[in-house]
Amino acid sequence: MSKKFNIDTVANAEATPGQALPWAELGLKQNEYDRVVEILGRRPTGAELAMYSVMWSEHCSYKSSKLHLRQFGDKVTDAMKEHLLVGIGENAGVVDIGDGWAVTFKVESHNHPSFVEPYQGAATGVGGIVRDIISMGARPVAVMDPLRFGAIDHPDTARLVHGIVAGIGGYGNSLGLPNIGGEVVFDSSYQGNPLVNALAVGVLRHEDIRLANASGVGNRVVLFGARTGGDGIGGASVLASESFDDAKPSKRPAVQVGDPFAEKVLIECCLELFKASVVEGIQDLGAAGISCATSELASNGDGGMHVELTKVLLRDPTLTPGEILMSESQERMMAVVTPANAAAFEAIMDKWNVEYSWLGEVTDTGRLVIEWDGETIVDVDPRTVAHDGPVYERPYHRPVWLDGVQADSFKGSSPDLRAAVLELMSSPNMCSKDWVTNQFDRYVQGNTALAMPDDAGVIRVDEATGLGVALSTDANGRYSYLNPYEGARLALAEAYRNVATSGAKPLAVTDCLNFGSPEDPEVMWQFAETVRGLADACQELGVPVTGGNVSLYNQTGGVAIHPTPVVGVLGVFDDVARRTPSGWREDGQAIYLLGTTRNELDGSEWANLRGHLGGTPPVVDLAAEKTLAAVLVNSSRDGMIDAAHDLSEGGLAAALSEAALRFGVGARIGIDELCERDGIDPFTALFSESQGRAIVSVPRSEEVRFNDMCTARNYPTLRIGVVDTEKSALDVQGHFTLPLAELKEAHEGTLPKHFA
Amino acid sequence: MSVETPLIGDFQPFPSASTEGSLAGVRVGVVTFPGTLDDRDAMRAVRLAGGTAISLWHGDHDLRGVDAVIIPGGFSYGDYLRAGAISRFAPLMEQITAAATGGSGALPVLGICNGFQVLTEAHLLPGSMIKNNSLHFLCRDQRLRVENADTLWTSDYAAGEEIVVPLKNQDGQFVADEHTLDELEGEGRVVFRYVGENPNGSRRDIAGISNAAGNVVGLMPHPEHAVEPGFGPDSSARGEVDLRGGTDGLGIFTSVLKKLVG
Repeated sequence: MSKKFNIDTVANAEATPGQALPWAELGLKQNEYDRVVEILGRRPTGAELAMYSVMWSEHCSYKSSKLHLRQFGDKVTDAMKEHLLVGIGENAGVVDIGDGWAVTFKVESHNHPSFVEPYQGAATGVGGIVRDIISMGARPVAVMDPLRFGAIDHPDTARLVHGIVAGIGGYGNSLGLPNIGGEVVFDSSYQGNPLVNALAVGVLRHEDIRLANASGVGNRVVLFGARTGGDGIGGASVLASESFDDAKPSKRPAVQVGDPFAEKVLIECCLELFKASVVEGIQDLGAAGISCATSELASNGDGGMHVELTKVLLRDPTLTPGEILMSESQERMMAVVTPANAAAFEAIMDKWNVEYSWLGEVTDTGRLVIEWDGETIVDVDPRTVAHDGPVYERPYHRPVWLDGVQADSFKGSSPDLRAAVLELMSSPNMCSKDWVTNQFDRYVQGNTALAMPDDAGVIRVDEATGLGVALSTDANGRYSYLNPYEGARLALAEAYRNVATSGAKPLAVTDCLNFGSPEDPEVMWQFAETVRGLADACQELGVPVTGGNVSLYNQTGGVAIHPTPVVGVLGVFDDVARRTPSGWREDGQAIYLLGTTRNELDGSEWANLRGHLGGTPPVVDLAAEKTLAAVLVNSSRDGMIDAAHDLSEGGLAAALSEAALRFGVGARIGIDELCERDGIDPFTALFSESQGRAIVSVPRSEEVRFNDMCTARNYPTLRIGVVDTEKSALDVQGHFTLPLAELKEAHEGTLPKHFA
Repeated sequence: MSVETPLIGDFQPFPSASTEGSLAGVRVGVVTFPGTLDDRDAMRAVRLAGGTAISLWHGDHDLRGVDAVIIPGGFSYGDYLRAGAISRFAPLMEQITAAATGGSGALPVLGICNGFQVLTEAHLLPGSMIKNNSLHFLCRDQRLRVENADTLWTSDYAAGEEIVVPLKNQDGQFVADEHTLDELEGEGRVVFRYVGENPNGSRRDIAGISNAAGNVVGLMPHPEHAVEPGFGPDSSARGEVDLRGGTDGLGIFTSVLKKLVG
């Protein structure tokens, strides 16, 4: 026994094989604990148990999802790998965007912490994903936040909206990262389980890529950044891997607390470390803290590491070794440094006033050995902790209720189109999100070429050439509820279309898969179908998944959220000066609708407004999406269009309204020819959510060229109107005229009414 | 010790927007504190205006011979105490304070957002900033009126001219006692005023002020984010509505460069 805390040492574990350990309280199952004992050939020490329990949690080990996620790798073709510099498995994927530049991006969830403590949960969600980006050697350049809340008028929704929005702003704004997009969705399915996903993107030169491995025997291991405290202990195992249950006590202590100032200093300090080439390997500390960093660094490198845990700088001196190993205190990094570079490393730390402690060194023993006061408290093969966790083939089956739901197609319509458009555009999901996005800095760094409310966020990477990237995240839980395979393909199609609409060539994918409990076979089926659909769709569109995150157990009581695969697509621009905004400006430009409109109102926003969720989601044709994207990217590059907006939720009605409101410029629209061509009624023309569609505004001088290109590619186009700067109204001729002032008031009033 | 503030990767010297070679001879220092965010943006603005931007580190004791200083926006030291309250004690602030109060020929100093807050904490400018009256961080394109075009930082504008520049802050509500406010008004030291709806509750719609000599100016909005076509606000008070085309803020930077060359 160690002197300070009655610490359970390896020697003690060997001497007392019968001692009972609280493995169940730490979230391990009987079979998992038995496996730990089998691996070690003895019972684990308390500290070892802490490490295995967090690293083998659902959140860290992907034990329920791993078997399915392999498809993302298996279905990647050589052509898809062309731009991939680092694929799945590292802190974030890295994509080549040309001229020696690379981009790293990833989306992650922080759902459960954000429900317990909205401000800190959301704030540390941003902090965590940004550290993933730094660890790849990149400068973070932007963030995005796909958010999903319960019903807008539920008594608990305002608490979550205020806390989560302020938390994202409070952290991201203080880091100097522009927030360039995201989503805000309200649906009662997320009532007790909001989704807070955070995406970050970073930029680096090819030669600056850093990986998380500890190589070079004798190299030193250093922990730097914030001190280790008692916050977030067991966050991954306890919060992220379990459902909420009213009967259990408050889990507030398991939520981490963020310090954005410390993280901003950490960003600049790490970039200086990279520039000076004084770190060999680096890893951020997120879920599972030091347990994760030491075991992953060691197992990805030369296989051994020796750590003296008493060297860890603490905020709270009463923490036990197990707690220190599990703590999820924020704003910490671990690096591997050669002895020769130690002094240079220390000089950079001192310049930025960042605390650090040398914890140990890399060994070739194949063992991760952790000592406390000179006694060994952990002696494990790090691979068994980091990579050899349990893998479950969870049973799954198609939900019995699905046939009934799919048979229940939406039948409603509305004779008053004007009132219907106003109702749609003021509805919680289609209303202006300015009240949220105005709390985020979209200007800082001076490279934002597009942000909300345009289709994608666009960031310039190279000032000299204008080289840049576009990003969009999308998901539709309602579509996925009706058909998870198609829902995943629809999410990818929309994000892909959004990026192309902005004028960028889609290149790569990140995803955050938010689902209920994997122990429910029906939820597990939704998950399996989603992964299959997304992997198939990525292959068809030729864009690889580079990384992401799975968030399971998103349910309260027995009710799971809608399956919600948030898909982020990254695209590249040769010159961001070519980006296309979502609204038109020039009088007399022709407005074209690209694509075909079918009667597809099942799962639509209009059906949602009527409280209906049934039938089958819109048909997705990825070959058509590919052609549409090529049309949009080429038109943008060759200056054939001045505005483009994709059609998705809310259909043509939403797209026309948003395009007019973007710069406050009206238009005269005719839909009768469209109705005749596609065999639909005016209501369907406006509210159907058929895929593969976009509206564009074309200068008169470019109309012939634009039409020729669409004809050559055999893509359906129809001239549906003309931009009218005089009128200041959306005039759908023969049906209704909607003054923009009235539309704007309806569109912008909803969020302030509920939350201001 | 000096710090290079890297852009993304290594910073390439930006080609000067101006053909007047003499402007490039004016050296404008931009201070970086821990937690400063808009330093690289302020440096870009100086370069686009034709000057030479010099990075200054808060811990240094040397102004590196600069002709003017910009204290940029951000959350220095996290703004955990009062915005700017810790930064004012930085070694470099002693140098700046001494040089800015040196009578005629005093150093021109511009404080933007957090920089304005630092200047009030350092008592180079009167008043103080408290939390926005909405209690939220607010980012929006803001219309301003240039009330005083005689300062070193506003001489490229006409008095009464309106400009649009981004506003983005949490603690942007300018407050001072009535006597100070009357004095500022009476001496023409209100440099910028919000036009239209007051965004944060600032007294008398004040967005920016100067010291009595006119060499020190502070404002909450961010002129450095309205200097480059394609990356500014959508609208411009000077021209047509254009996609992120507003460059109304550039005049602040050209003003001081021309004054210093002249």
